[in-house]
Amino acid sequence: MATRTDFGPPNYKELIPPVVAKNYGQWKYHERVKPGVLKHVAESGDELYTVRVGSSRLVSTDWIREVCEIADKFCGGHLRFTSRHNLEFLVSDKEQLEPLLQYLKDHGYPVGGTGHAISNPVHTQGWIHCHTPATDASGIVKAVMDDLFEYFVDWKLPAYCRISLACCLNMCGAVHCSDIAILGIHRKPPHINHDIVRAKCEIPNVIAACPTGAIRPDPKNKSLTVNEEKCMYCGNCYTMCPGMPLADPLGDGVSIWVGGKISSARTPPKFSRLVIPYLPNNPPRWPEVTSAVRNIVETWAKHARKHERMGEWIDRIGWERFFDLTGIPFTVQLIDDFTMATETFRSTPTFKW
Amino acid sequence: MTNAKDTETPLLDQLEEGPWPSFVKEIKRAAEDNASAKDLLRQLERSYNDKIGHWKHGGIVGVRGYGGGVIGRYSDLPEEFPAVAEFHTLRVNHPSGWFYTTEKLRQLCDVWDKHGSGLTNLHGATGDIILLGAPTDALQPCFDDLAEIDFDLGGSGSDMRTPSCCVGPARCEYACIDTLDILYSITMEFQDELHRPMFPYKSKIKIAGCPNDCVASVARSDFSLIGTWRDNIRINPDEVAKYANDGLDIQSEVVALCPTGCMHWDAATKTLTIDNAECNRCMHCLNLMPKALQIGMERGATLLVGGKAPIVHGALLSWVIVPFMKMEPPYDELKDLIRRIWEWWDENGKMRERLGELINRLGMRNFLKAVGLPPVPQMIRAPRANPYYFWDPEEVK
Repeated sequence: MATRTDFGPPNYKELIPPVVAKNYGQWKYHERVKPGVLKHVAESGDELYTVRVGSSRLVSTDWIREVCEIADKFCGGHLRFTSRHNLEFLVSDKEQLEPLLQYLKDHGYPVGGTGHAISNPVHTQGWIHCHTPATDASGIVKAVMDDLFEYFVDWKLPAYCRISLACCLNMCGAVHCSDIAILGIHRKPPHINHDIVRAKCEIPNVIAACPTGAIRPDPKNKSLTVNEEKCMYCGNCYTMCPGMPLADPLGDGVSIWVGGKISSARTPPKFSRLVIPYLPNNPPRWPEVTSAVRNIVETWAKHARKHERMGEWIDRIGWERFFDLTGIPFTVQLIDDFTMATETFRSTPTFKW
Repeated sequence: MTNAKDTETPLLDQLEEGPWPSFVKEIKRAAEDNASAKDLLRQLERSYNDKIGHWKHGGIVGVRGYGGGVIGRYSDLPEEFPAVAEFHTLRVNHPSGWFYTTEKLRQLCDVWDKHGSGLTNLHGATGDIILLGAPTDALQPCFDDLAEIDFDLGGSGSDMRTPSCCVGPARCEYACIDTLDILYSITMEFQDELHRPMFPYKSKIKIAGCPNDCVASVARSDFSLIGTWRDNIRINPDEVAKYANDGLDIQSEVVALCPTGCMHWDAATKTLTIDNAECNRCMHCLNLMPKALQIGMERGATLLVGGKAPIVHGALLSWVIVPFMKMEPPYDELKDLIRRIWEWWDENGKMRERLGELINRLGMRNFLKAVGLPPVPQMIRAPRANPYYFWDPEEVK
């Protein structure tokens, strides 16, 4: 039998709940009922309650079957997920809302992540399943969210706060535009295995893959050399060629970036900026990372105005004040020296002491 | 719960504690009746001790007829952890908006319990259902069973990656475009581009219903389609007054934070006025007063291109190239433009050069000319500040 191909994903029209099908495109407004609970009202007068539940992203089929039972019991057999690994129960019968919330509470499902809260961190595979990681992903996220749990389930922040994690510079997910980004980094150049380079790698492609031009041919060895002074350990050569691994228990670790956003609300989208160039990999709970993230969240929460995202707050007070208030030491790695560096230098004597 | 048997993974066991859902518990649940999940846990414990990953570089595996959709993964310690010696990932194309029936999800669980580790990501960063961990000889049978329940594979490698969209008109009053339908339509239109890598590098499409951009399209897709409107925000004056009476400080929380200064609040009469011609549709006021303010009626999308993460030449946010495009099925204008852009990129792009990097290298001028788009001021934040510009000889006569 010929394999069936190119038939595409299941059609969403067969999967949306009846209340959605009926009111599709006819939603009128919504209310934030409480942390993790949204109420949408349609032109028809129909109401739909959404209960957002944080998940660990890596879930077993047992977990999926379990949440399916909950959706059968309270939501007529329908559920959805969000782009940030949340599970959403869609409740069209208001009578089911409180029993559902009670059930979730009794069974340890965290409800939250809406409104002025920390949302579920987008993250990558890390040591669990990636071949280029500089750190783990799920472990750090678990440690950070255990620590900041109160900010997921409650509204205690000036605005929305998105934390994201990528375990290397490939950055699966939009971590480079997050309020706080946790990014795995290497700090040592690749150690070249010439036998593997000769056997498995397209040498011109590896040379072209280097953003700083640090890789040169080594005709004598039919291999490559790396100018270590020019290498900033991005790992792109390793993606192209298995003979150039960078991962190293001493060199690898985590960097922290702040102030990015995606939404265009008030101010345009912006990149996160580097504030801590390196913290060690310290599994299983990465205490240096959790305390750095908590410090940044709480300094922002204490000083920002209502509705002011992390990056908007920093734009108002200035980066010099950010380092002052957070107590984070300013180091030379924070000054850009890549292609767009000069755009980040200051050309006015109007700064703060 | 830690017991004597669990001491094989003392570091990971510590991550079973605490209020946030535990991925370690999930792996252990799967490990109860799956040897590969058990070895995954043991290998991860080894990584927690060694502070380094234990997966080999890459590996080409797949299913018949497709060039992508499966990621090869091999343990670098196969003798120690034989059940994850081959532990490949299937990317399964998710339904628009990530809506499921429990029936559909259970079918998926049945297939995955039969062929794989029982572990998944719901969902991966690109949006796919990630089925995490199956040996090589299980891949084709697994895909055949997935096809039986109408789940197709998503993208990987140098192809169109699985596109995704926000919840859109299914549950959001801000949806200016039918994100779910556009997503389904382009996914079906570009099945070949999705399943058979033939581009210089990956190409991502994300569709957001409004400028809140809940799918982060502007940061992480080569094509960012963002819903917008061209006419006036609709105001319900009674609901505006109600927000004020209920304690919203409209002057300081709404009007003062408007980036264009196009709003005026008269506290005495509780009247809000908007100079719509000066509004840039940032969404702040609508986000704060959804009962009182509604998006306009003349709706369409802004198309931005070039967004990407750092590899190779640095991260980019997408740039406006079409300020307004009507979005009506079958979306031919959008599909034709995407095709023209892919063609230019395919012809000119170097290996592993994303669309944004190519535009940066060859110039927006060349890009616009090649794909037939007129230059308009909505494309830029500011005109150039240097005198290094070109003239076509035809223009100098």
